[in-house]
Amino acid sequence: MSDKNQIQPTAPGNSGKMLQAMVGIGILCALMIVLTFQGTAPVIKKNKAEALEKAIFKVLPGIEKTKAFQLGQNDNFVQIEGEGEEGKVVYAGYGANGELVGLAIEASGQGYADILRILYGYDPGKQAVIGFYVLESKETPGLGDKIEKDPNFLANFEALDVSLNEDQSALKNKVVPVKSGEKENPWEVDCITGATISSRAIGNILGESTQRWAPLIYNNQEDFVTQGEQ
Amino acid sequence: MLNRTLNISTSPHITRGIGTDDIMQNVVWALLPTAIFAVYSFGMSALLVLATTTVACVLTEHFLCKLSKKESTISDWSAVITGLLLGLTLPPNFPLWMAFAGGVIAIALGKFIFGGLGYNVFNPALVGRAVLQAAFPVAITTWFPAFLDNRFTTVSSSTLTAPFMEPTVDAITGATPLSAFKFDNVITPTSELALGLITGSTGETCAILILLGGIYLVARNMMNWRIPVAILATVYVLSGLLHLVDSQAYPPPLFMLFSGGLMLGAVFMATDMVASPITPLGVVIYGFIIGLLVVVIRIWGGLPEGVMYAILLANAISPHIDNWIQPRVYGTAKSAKGS
Amino acid sequence: MANQIKNNTGFFASLQESPSTDEFVKGLWRDNPVFVQVLGMCPVLAVSNTAINALAMGLATSFVLLMSNVLVSSLRNFIPKQVRIASYILIIATFVTMTDYIIQAISVDLHKALGAFISLIVVNCLILSRAEAFASKNTIGKSVLDALGMGFGFTFALFCLGAVREILGNGSIFGVPFFPDNFQEWIVMILPAGGFFTLAIWLLIFNAAKQRKATT
Repeated sequence: MSDKNQIQPTAPGNSGKMLQAMVGIGILCALMIVLTFQGTAPVIKKNKAEALEKAIFKVLPGIEKTKAFQLGQNDNFVQIEGEGEEGKVVYAGYGANGELVGLAIEASGQGYADILRILYGYDPGKQAVIGFYVLESKETPGLGDKIEKDPNFLANFEALDVSLNEDQSALKNKVVPVKSGEKENPWEVDCITGATISSRAIGNILGESTQRWAPLIYNNQEDFVTQGEQ
Repeated sequence: MLNRTLNISTSPHITRGIGTDDIMQNVVWALLPTAIFAVYSFGMSALLVLATTTVACVLTEHFLCKLSKKESTISDWSAVITGLLLGLTLPPNFPLWMAFAGGVIAIALGKFIFGGLGYNVFNPALVGRAVLQAAFPVAITTWFPAFLDNRFTTVSSSTLTAPFMEPTVDAITGATPLSAFKFDNVITPTSELALGLITGSTGETCAILILLGGIYLVARNMMNWRIPVAILATVYVLSGLLHLVDSQAYPPPLFMLFSGGLMLGAVFMATDMVASPITPLGVVIYGFIIGLLVVVIRIWGGLPEGVMYAILLANAISPHIDNWIQPRVYGTAKSAKGS
Repeated sequence: MANQIKNNTGFFASLQESPSTDEFVKGLWRDNPVFVQVLGMCPVLAVSNTAINALAMGLATSFVLLMSNVLVSSLRNFIPKQVRIASYILIIATFVTMTDYIIQAISVDLHKALGAFISLIVVNCLILSRAEAFASKNTIGKSVLDALGMGFGFTFALFCLGAVREILGNGSIFGVPFFPDNFQEWIVMILPAGGFFTLAIWLLIFNAAKQRKATT
């Protein structure tokens, strides 16, 4: 840049030109961003909703439609349209005849690399976790990401016992992770050799989340049945 | 350096002392008891692993020398040591094709790319092992129990895995004392650790033989005794203090000292002449850093064993250690220090 | 402005006199942004773990490069020298934001895989360097050719890395299995360390080829 302009002091009136240029470009750029946003926003929203719906259908086998519910003030569940408050929304899944199959619940916690976000299916009739899906994970490829693929690990979540104690206020046995091959009770999560930390994290996330949600949902099952008929 | 006939020097004409190849040859002798014990306790599989890594290292060195049109440097024995050390850090049932790949990587990426012997920043054997650990984390943590009855007649099925194929999982696998502690809180008795009656890498089992090899080298003045002493003392004191604070959560210091690859690492790998500092104070600091990292990784890290990473990290900073502790030349400004 | 261009000597001047096909070809091979100029290493190392990620990243970067080159080139007589870098960054950031939305609209999964690296295209020095060194001094037509050449060169290099890493690290290419079932994956190849190894090997091959060409 052997340009002479650079060493010359700024000529008077030049700053006006600079301002003009910056504002001009700024407005042009803002316009382009807004147009793109307007154009893509509905598609993005649809994609995200579809991805979530796909996950819900995966964790609740055999359902035909889903509805979102939000936890209300008196521990009851109210059907909502669109997005609810974070951490309070569950998705009810209904079978072909409109019967309640189960609830899909989102949970998250610290994995090995970053926060893990999972979705699991809870069946209040069987009092069990019946499905599991990883929504977001940055776990090490080839190791930690076995939590999404390992068939033995996924078999944990076909019927994971989360039955309540006698006064129905808490779980009889909290879900706990155990070492690979040492699962003895239906509420234990068999971990993966070579992905111990990630699979343990899943067990613990499930443990915390079921502890909170299972009693709430079990005691308010009617909400989903009655509102589901509408 | 290696060509004896080219040993021209100006006066005074002192007789030529010990050369690189003499030292290297002696290191091989010092490693042999450990290697032989490994073959005795793990059988044919261990022998094959050790032979494969050694052959891989020597062949790679020879081939790369020829490729770069230099004289082959395999006669200085350093490639043999790299191969033996790498073999000793691998599980005895490690697939041979992976062991071979490790040997090639150790020499090519650990040594040759920096310019050959004398220029390597890291211990080449550990570079090979680190890459293998990252590439094949399952195979390298599948351990084979020692003293099986048929160990001299049969070879572990995973050893003979076809190249680039996934090893079959052996019916019998064992847990190393460190993973047994980390995941199940089981402490293996020290006597078993010291004698090597345990599951583990090929050569990280019999602490006594490793120490004997080290003493031999120190006695012949071919190894800097300060390095292993500093490492072992640091580990002993730090883990001892932790054990005093909470004897339930932290393992006893003797367990820390004799388990895993600490002995082999402290005696034979951290003492790599090229990758360690040269000043007496420098090597003590270097040893302290390794010991500290070993304790930190083993106790708070996600992995059961951390000797390899501890030594590699300390290798990386060893030139800086020498630089920091260089005394200021009298009369020069403070800022000139170390430059 | 026209006088300024004429006054420039050396590299840029020589570019102006060369035929316009050269503007396109140089980015592919002779001045390849990754293998020769070693620019934009952050996405090269981070998002080249699978062939599809590498390709998507390369195309996204090419799109931003093309659009910003066009805009910078067409505004080159309007932007005062003192604020040119700020203007370029603003223009680049705009197109990156647009790309981000478009990729989200195309596929949520792809957006998840590329993650933060789409936003980081803003600081990819390749794009700023083309804006500063080429588009601000050349006509729109030439700038388009330059952007296409550099963009495809970048995409090609990313794909070279991504393909090797996916084949060795995952045993597949574009998600389709490449080896028999019991192939042992070299997991290190899809980890960040594998990116450095693969890049180093490609650079080695490129330099060896160049050296051989120079000596013969």
